[in-house]
This record gives sequence, structure tokens and C-alpha cells, in this order.
Amino acid sequence: MLRTTDRGLYCEAGDFFIDPWAAVPRAVVTHAHGDHLTWGCDGYLVSHDGAGVTRERLGRWGSGVDAVVYGETRVVNGVSVSLHPAGHILGSAQVRLEYRGEVWVVSGDYKTDPDRTCAPWEPVRCHTFITESTFGLPIYRWPSQRQVFDELNGWWAANAAEGRVSLLCAYALGKAQRLLSGLDPAIGPILTHGAVERMTALYRHGGVALPSTVHTTDALRAKATTGAIVIAPPSVTGSTWLRRFGEVRTAFASGWMRVRGARRRRGVDAGFTLSDHVDWPQLLTAIDATGAERVWVTHGFTGPVVQWLTARGLDARAIATRWEGERDDAAVDAGDDDAPAVADASAAHESAP
Amino acid sequence: MKQFAALYDAIDASTATSSKVAALVTFFRKAPPADAAWAVAFLTGRRPKRLVKAPDLRAWAGDAAGVPPWLFEECYAQAGDLAETMSLLVPEGDARESEGLSWWVEHRLLPLATRDAEAQKADLLDAWSTLGGSARFVFNKLLTGAFRVGVSDGLVVRALAEVSGVNAETIAHRLMGQWEPSATWYTQLVGTETTDADWSRPYPFFLAYPLEAELSSLGEVHEWQIEWKWDGIRCQLVRRRGRTFLWSRGEELLASRFPEVESCAEWLPDGTVLDGELLAWRDGRPLPFSELQRRINRKTVGKTLLADVPCALLVYDCLEQGGIDVRAHSMTDRRAMAASCVRSLPSGASIALSPVLDPPTWEAASAARADARGAMAEGLMLKRRVSPYGVGRRGGDWYKWKVTPLTVDAVLVYAQTGHGRRAGLYTDYTFAIWDGDTLVPFAKAYSGLTDAEIRQVDRFVRANTVEKFGPVRTVKPELVFELAFEGIQRSTRHKSGIAVRFPRIARWRQDKPAREADSLETVRALLHD
Repeated sequence: MLRTTDRGLYCEAGDFFIDPWAAVPRAVVTHAHGDHLTWGCDGYLVSHDGAGVTRERLGRWGSGVDAVVYGETRVVNGVSVSLHPAGHILGSAQVRLEYRGEVWVVSGDYKTDPDRTCAPWEPVRCHTFITESTFGLPIYRWPSQRQVFDELNGWWAANAAEGRVSLLCAYALGKAQRLLSGLDPAIGPILTHGAVERMTALYRHGGVALPSTVHTTDALRAKATTGAIVIAPPSVTGSTWLRRFGEVRTAFASGWMRVRGARRRRGVDAGFTLSDHVDWPQLLTAIDATGAERVWVTHGFTGPVVQWLTARGLDARAIATRWEGERDDAAVDAGDDDAPAVADASAAHESAP
Repeated sequence: MKQFAALYDAIDASTATSSKVAALVTFFRKAPPADAAWAVAFLTGRRPKRLVKAPDLRAWAGDAAGVPPWLFEECYAQAGDLAETMSLLVPEGDARESEGLSWWVEHRLLPLATRDAEAQKADLLDAWSTLGGSARFVFNKLLTGAFRVGVSDGLVVRALAEVSGVNAETIAHRLMGQWEPSATWYTQLVGTETTDADWSRPYPFFLAYPLEAELSSLGEVHEWQIEWKWDGIRCQLVRRRGRTFLWSRGEELLASRFPEVESCAEWLPDGTVLDGELLAWRDGRPLPFSELQRRINRKTVGKTLLADVPCALLVYDCLEQGGIDVRAHSMTDRRAMAASCVRSLPSGASIALSPVLDPPTWEAASAARADARGAMAEGLMLKRRVSPYGVGRRGGDWYKWKVTPLTVDAVLVYAQTGHGRRAGLYTDYTFAIWDGDTLVPFAKAYSGLTDAEIRQVDRFVRANTVEKFGPVRTVKPELVFELAFEGIQRSTRHKSGIAVRFPRIARWRQDKPAREADSLETVRALLHD
């Protein structure tokens, strides 16, 4: 049904690509992060919930976006295509393909933890499941969200009490809004960097309830930054823009913060383990829930995940991708908040036969 | 244990010395003396040796986590720290512990050393299910002998001084040498009345910063005592009550490892403390450091080795004379005292005075530095003639001025993931040089690149892996780096036949293709023989 090509996953029968990384005539796109959405395609099929952010991201190519609601089936050259919630960010979708009785599902990025800012992940039964593996090692087990948000609010409150501004670095699309949904507005004003504010407005437009926010430019002009928390893409750390807030404490929220070395390397004052990807237990439970006998693994720790699944009797293999997902440092270095990292060619070496 | 773990977290989370000291003060104010004693021991680097065999630890943690060995190794490579890998993998228990640090150390940790494997495993599983969060991580760090935290001894001393009201120099001196952490010991450490029971104790070492300023900013050359900076083991020789104690800078007692020096010290009067450098020494010249290495790890020395690699203490300074602490005297005075001590020894002694060079001008000093490698020295030491002997590293009075390092352009051939803050990144590199058409591994280097460069190289490694051997990746030989190192020796233990001292990356030669890296032939030409 699907095969890997130099432009991404290709469905021959339906003549379309899923999350291609180069311009193609027809693309089905799981979500609007830079490593899944590329410019220059003639047509994009995305979820209804994700259409707004996708159009914003695509700029002039946005006119090619066609949206379906979750669960609605489109028949493309005889292949039935439907999108199902992936729980990653607003509008993120798993792609279900059915052709002559065979069912494949491409997960895109996903998590099974609840998230107030997007529809929850749904297991979709299939013969072949193509899964991400960004955090596919058992050291990655997420603490309870409640605990993380309590720590985060506690950190903010302590900084505010010392007269410092809190800077919380997070990807502008998705993570920023999820964090917003867990902040306690009673502590102080919540300010957003322009990139974050644009995406937040689209979330609100899509019916997601979020605490009220103030654009940083307005807050700075009004000198109303006392005790504030600023949500901004990681690229702002060390910038001159940041100095305008006076004494700042910095934190980063990501699944990578689970490991101390990654926290120290980033040089932030605090790291909060909050991810929009599945952790190890979620990954294994999700694979199980699909009932798939064949699993293709991409984006991350493909080698260990394939070896684990193979030992459990599944037909598993790694597929190479040009992207490496939300790789720790790489994603942040690129000026854009969630711009892609470089490929891991070694994925090919790590694949099981 | 929770309080100590909280202290660890507070130190770990901050880069500001003031908040580190504040966290230490808070801890020491509240801690019972026995807990405080162990905390001082661990914070000043007195770690218990590894108590349980590493393969056992891995196996038991893997069992407890339901993770097979191969997957444990993958996790370890990503987390870059064994203690942390165990903490992240083993499921948390109900964290009901309330015992203090000393209880955990004395009743759980140290007894592991004498228990059989079965009992060790039971104890550990119990500890892992009892301890929660950071306390478990800290316990594991102590367990693996890898406990380290971002405070210098100086900050610990500062905090103890603040808590006790005893001045910092006294605390620093009381922390020297060997002691057993206990409530009694801690009470004496912070006690206001003098209890210098341990007379074997050395003084805190005075250390030098590298010279970065212009020579002209140092004033006149004759204000400085200029001597060779030797590449050996910095030592204090303590002679008191008819006994000799030879201490390394790491505050390790080198008893019976250098018998020629110790027997010579018997000629020194009681109440003498000398600062100097232990060197492998023959015919008035140092032997290469690799020779000294043959002696370092031997607890007892055989006759053959003693004859092959004779050692001597080259004396720089005198810290105590006639039982009186003379550290506040000027360098010039102390030098004279050191000279008179050494002069009283029989000829041919294994304790000698390290020469002072007295160059008439800074130009002459520069020239001496350029010749240092020929004298088998690492460079020069500049010591202000009026300077007292201080505590720790302090700027202004003492500088080390090392020789310009040798450099070689070499090709990156193997990479391995790093540890600590470099966990999960390819940061540990092996470099090769050309021998005809083949590349021969030549040196390993782990430092010298900026964080941004490390990430670039990491991406190159991932995208250009040719083969994987466990954690090591062979990469396409494309990237060229200039390696700097202090010394170069022939070696039978290295494939290239050459060993270098302190190799590190000087810069990334992005302008050079691999073909233009240096060859074994050009590197051999750097050998001094």
C-alpha cells in the first residue's frame, strides 16, 4: 500500500504522498509542524481542526488545503482515506488507508495523554501501523501532567515573588498552547511572543479555551511585565530582546528534559518534562491497541523499538526519514520554532531485515 | 536523605555561587552533625569507591525495570550516566523513607561492600523501592562512586565558616588530609577551640591561574621568581614527630610508593613541610611522564622498577619550618628556607631544590619558555617574590605559563556518545593521521569544540556512519581537526607508535580536506630524540 521514496511515504494505488518532504502533486498531511508539512504541493488534505494552522503555515500555498472532519472517508483513486485524532496538537491526525480489504495507519506524531487543546488520540485497528519513535526508549516515561503543571506554576510563583520575569521556552505551535492551558492566571500576567500569539489566536478561533494573554510588545510598552510569564520559542534565549524584561529566569518544557544531561546542556534554570509525543509505555500500549501485525518505525529511536517489537513476534522494520522529529538541540538551533533537523542516515543501518 | 537530595538539587539548579553557598548554609544549619559530616565528605570529593560491581548493578536494575540488557545499554548511551539510567528505568516505589544521610551511608551503602551478591541485590531493590525522586538518584550516584556536584571545596569551606564562625583558612586546613566523617569529627571541624589532633595533615595547596595577561602588565621581571613548571605530581612532604607523610595534590597519601624520597626525608628536621613536584628523575633530568606512571599505581615498588625509574622530589617552596607555619612569609623568604632545608641533606639525595631561572629580561623569560620542552618542562611558573603562600586558586600572585602546544591536523574516524551534559550527543572522538594511504588512529580528544560545533559534528556523525560497534560509530573520514597537545613520546601501546599528552581539539579545519591531514612521518618529526 505504501512505500518509502526520496520524497517521503507514497501510496501508489491512490497516487498521493503522506507528509512528503518535497513538493508533490497531492499530499495528505498529519499535522502542521515543519517536519511534516512542506511548501509547494498542489493539494493538501488535512483535518478540519488543523486547517487553520496549516493555512497559516503554508502562506501562499494555503489555497491548496482541503479539509475533512475526523472519521470522514474520502476515496482517492479507489483508496479510502480517513483522518483520526492523534492527540499531538490541534488538528493532528493519523491517516487511515483502506484498499482491497487491507488497512494501514500512519500515526504522524501522537500522544495518548489527555490534552485540553486537541482531540484525544483514538486507536484505529489496522494491519500495518507506521509509528513515530521520538521517545522510544524506556528511560522516557512521563510524570503525571498534574505534577508537572504544579511544579511549573510553583516555579513561576517563586520567580514572581522575587520580582523576576519567567521565560518559558516552547515550540510556538502546540506545546505553547498546551502549556497555556495548564498555567494558573492568578499568579500574574501571561505574555506571548509574536510567533506564539499568532498560533494561539488560531487555537482560540478553533474553539480551544485558553487563559487570556498579552502580546509582549504591548506589555513592554505599558511596562506591565512585573511577575509575568513569557511564552516564547526557544530561539529567543540569549537575544537582546530578552534583556528588555530585566532579570529573567528561563525554563524549557520538553520530553527531553527527562534526562539531566539534556537539561544541563540547554543551560536553562529549570526543565519541565512535558511532551506531545508518546513515551515508552504509551508507545507500546498504542501499538498493541491497533492490533497491527506489521509495524514500521520512523522518527527517532527506530533501532531499539524495532528490536523490542521483533522480540515480541511483530513484523517490524525501521524506515528512513529525512527528518529526525523533535530532536533535542537541533530543533532549537534552527531559527524557526519547530524547523526540522537533519536526517539520521544511520536509521538505514539500524533497520531489522 | 531527602534534605541532602534537596541540597544536591539546589546546587545543581543554580549557577550563582551566592545561591549555592546559601543552600549549603541552610543545609548545615539544620543537619545533625553525622549527616553534615558525610555531606562534607561527599561535597569535597571523598566518594566511596564503587561498592557493587557495575555489571551486577546493570543486571539488577534491568531486572527490576523489565528491560533486557541490550535495551539497558541503549538507554545508558542516551542518558550518559549509569546512576541516572537506573533511576529513570527502575519503577518508583512508595518513597516512604525518612532516615538521614548518615543512616543511609552507614547502614545501607557502605555495608554493601562486604555482602554477597544475593544480599546486595535484596538491599538494593529495597533501597530503590524506599527512596523516591532525587534521593534515589543521589543514592545511585554514591552507589556507583560517581557522585559529583557543582561546588568547589572553596564554597563548602565558605559555607562552613559562615555556619560556625571559624575562619575559612582554619576550616580549609582542617579539611586537609585523611579523616573519617563522623559526628565527633564534624563537631571538631566547626569547633571554635583548636583541636589539631591530626598532625599528619598537609596545608591547602596554593594554585596558579594560566597567564593570559600581557607580560608588560606584570611589571618588572625581577619582581618575579621564575622557575620551571614540571610535569609530575605536585606534592607536600610533611615531616613531623619523626614521621614522613607524602601527600599528592589530590590529598592522597603516597605512603611507601616513593621510598627513595621518604627515606631521604628522614634527614629533615621535625616540623618541616615542603611543597614540590615528584618526578621520575635521572642524571639531573626528568624522565617522560609515562615513566613516572609506571611508579604511580604501585603500592609497593620492586628493586628493578626502583632502579629503572628513580624518582625525586624537586622542592619549590617551604610552608612550615621548626613547627611554625611560615605561609605568610614572602616567596623570597620561603625560598631561602626551602634552600636551607635541602642543603642540609646528604649529597645525591632524592630531594633537590627546583632551580630558579632568574632571566634578566622578559625577553629572556620568553626564550626560556620556548626552550621548556627541551628541559622536559611544561613551561614556566611565575611567582611574585613578595607573595605569601595562599589557599586554593587565586589570581595576581602566581601564574603558570605553559609552552605553546604542538599541533597536528588529524581526521575524525570514530565517535562515541558523551556523558553528563553531553549525554546522547556524539562528543568523544578518535582521530587518525595518514600512514601512506591508510589512516592510523592517533589520539582521542573530547574537548575544545563549542556547543554549536559539537552539534554540527553530532549531525555529521549520525548522517555519515559507516559502521557501528556497540556504542562506537565509524564515520566517513572527512572532517579534519587541529589537535593540540603538550608532549609527544614513542609508545608500544599505541597503534601509531606514538603517545601524546593532554590532547584536545584546537580548532575545526573546515578549510582542509581529509587528504591534507598530517602524516605519521611529519608527526614523528616532532619527537625529540
